Amino acid sequence: MQQFENASAGDIVLSLADRIIENRAYLSEIDGKIGDGDHGVNMAKGFGMAADRIRGNDMSLATAFDTLGTVLMTEIGGSMGPLYGVMFTQFAETIEKSSSIDARTFSAMLSNGLDGIQSIGSAKVGDKTLLDTLVPAIQAFDAANASGKPFPEALDALVVAAEKGRDSTRDLVAKIGRASRLGERSVGVLDAGATSCALILKALALGAKQKLLISATAGR
Amino acid sequence: MQRFINNPDEVVEDTVKGFVKAHADIVRLASNPRVIAARHAPVGGKVGVITGGGSGHEPAFIGYTGRNMLDAVAVGELFSSPTAKSFLDAAREANGGKGVVCLYGNYAGDNMNVKMAIKLAAKEDIEIATVVANDDVCSAGPDEREKRRGVAGEIFMWKCAGALAAEGAGLEAVQAVAQRAIDNCRSIGVGLGPCTLPAVGHPNFLIEPGTMEVGIGHHGEPGVRVEPLKPAAEIARDMVKIVLDDHGLAAGTEVAVLVSGLGATPVNELYILNDTIEQEITGRGLTIHKTYIGNYFTSLEMVGATLTVMALDAELKRLLDVDVDCPARL
Repeated sequence: MQQFENASAGDIVLSLADRIIENRAYLSEIDGKIGDGDHGVNMAKGFGMAADRIRGNDMSLATAFDTLGTVLMTEIGGSMGPLYGVMFTQFAETIEKSSSIDARTFSAMLSNGLDGIQSIGSAKVGDKTLLDTLVPAIQAFDAANASGKPFPEALDALVVAAEKGRDSTRDLVAKIGRASRLGERSVGVLDAGATSCALILKALALGAKQKLLISATAGR
Repeated sequence: MQRFINNPDEVVEDTVKGFVKAHADIVRLASNPRVIAARHAPVGGKVGVITGGGSGHEPAFIGYTGRNMLDAVAVGELFSSPTAKSFLDAAREANGGKGVVCLYGNYAGDNMNVKMAIKLAAKEDIEIATVVANDDVCSAGPDEREKRRGVAGEIFMWKCAGALAAEGAGLEAVQAVAQRAIDNCRSIGVGLGPCTLPAVGHPNFLIEPGTMEVGIGHHGEPGVRVEPLKPAAEIARDMVKIVLDDHGLAAGTEVAVLVSGLGATPVNELYILNDTIEQEITGRGLTIHKTYIGNYFTSLEMVGATLTVMALDAELKRLLDVDVDCPARL
């Protein structure tokens, strides 16, 4: 059974925060082309604050997700605060009772995160939002699981689909949020939310793969 | 950037600090430093009236906190929605036990954060009713009014709802009058020059010198057309036409008019615009009950102006005329 321990896996969220903070200027730059140009600033602020609360505290993955979700929801605002806030809070709620996380739990976690986003936002796939990254990524992960692929390979499939989804936003017309006022003029630019979502999913997948490797080695 | 700032990341903190010092007779900072409350709030037995929105629009939103106006305001980052927690805390500050109306503008972030605040407030038995302003004519067609943004018409909405709430009306009645007030408002913006978020450091949209953007939004959202800059009278005629063509008011209707600068336009130019605006509105057989001219709802240092026309009925006219005591001049 491929799984990793929930306890002490909160450091995955730290690596996720590192990726967001590294990409602060990049995310703001792409957001500036069709949005306000504050996506990187706001995301880095929220993820940085959460990382400060997580670092050195030996948290479970569930607790770290909850910490991140709560910070985003209570401190960040804008559109991304509630959207990612509810996603990470839902992640935390899904896994908080699981001592170890297998592919099935991981899939349920992603789906519940998506449900949370859809309960407050009104975007659909194709509207040039983070859903264009998240939805195909979850589908690819689930399809890989259904076809009997090992957990790490399913995580690879998730990353590939997430990045493909992110790239698909380049050719889309924004239908929601501030960029939607641009209509056709939003074509040719990546969506900032779809881009940050791909960074988050990749860091999450890499973190999980690393944990799987460690638990496989330990069990040998 | 030729701007009066300390740290670009602390513009909102510094704004709020200075604001509270200047208007300590009317407002106070709540325990959440991203919430401004009226000194008198909450009033037991009164419906609380709140709003919230991104900063950079001063005197909106915080400047409309006060007697017969807003009881509390949630404060966001520059051009960015306040958090759900700040909306919740604003509701707490305003809650006098008869429920709270949250009267805000139609933006994706505000919609989501208010939605979450309603859920959180329900757990504490605070009922929040909402009205979402959508007075900006150029932000979507007449068949898609629910997609339109909220702009300066919000001020009329707050004023009518704030006055009715102060008279002791119930939650449904206050919500209904706010809805009617904003339904009776139409607005348009014209941009002549862009604005810059200090933390970003450069404008994220451009208006070429010698041109203007008709229908521009409060954050530089693109308008319906870019055209060569024209004399003020012609611009004013276009603004009135766009607003009133959408409004479809019967001759003889009484209206309130609000002309706001967007931040970097001299007030005298607003009077120049109003000279023609008045002529055009009365020329269509409408009667102007009251005109407001000044920087009522700005967009940092954008060069430009907005026009809002509200159709009045007897109740809205009476409520609009109620004296208020808030930091912004009304």
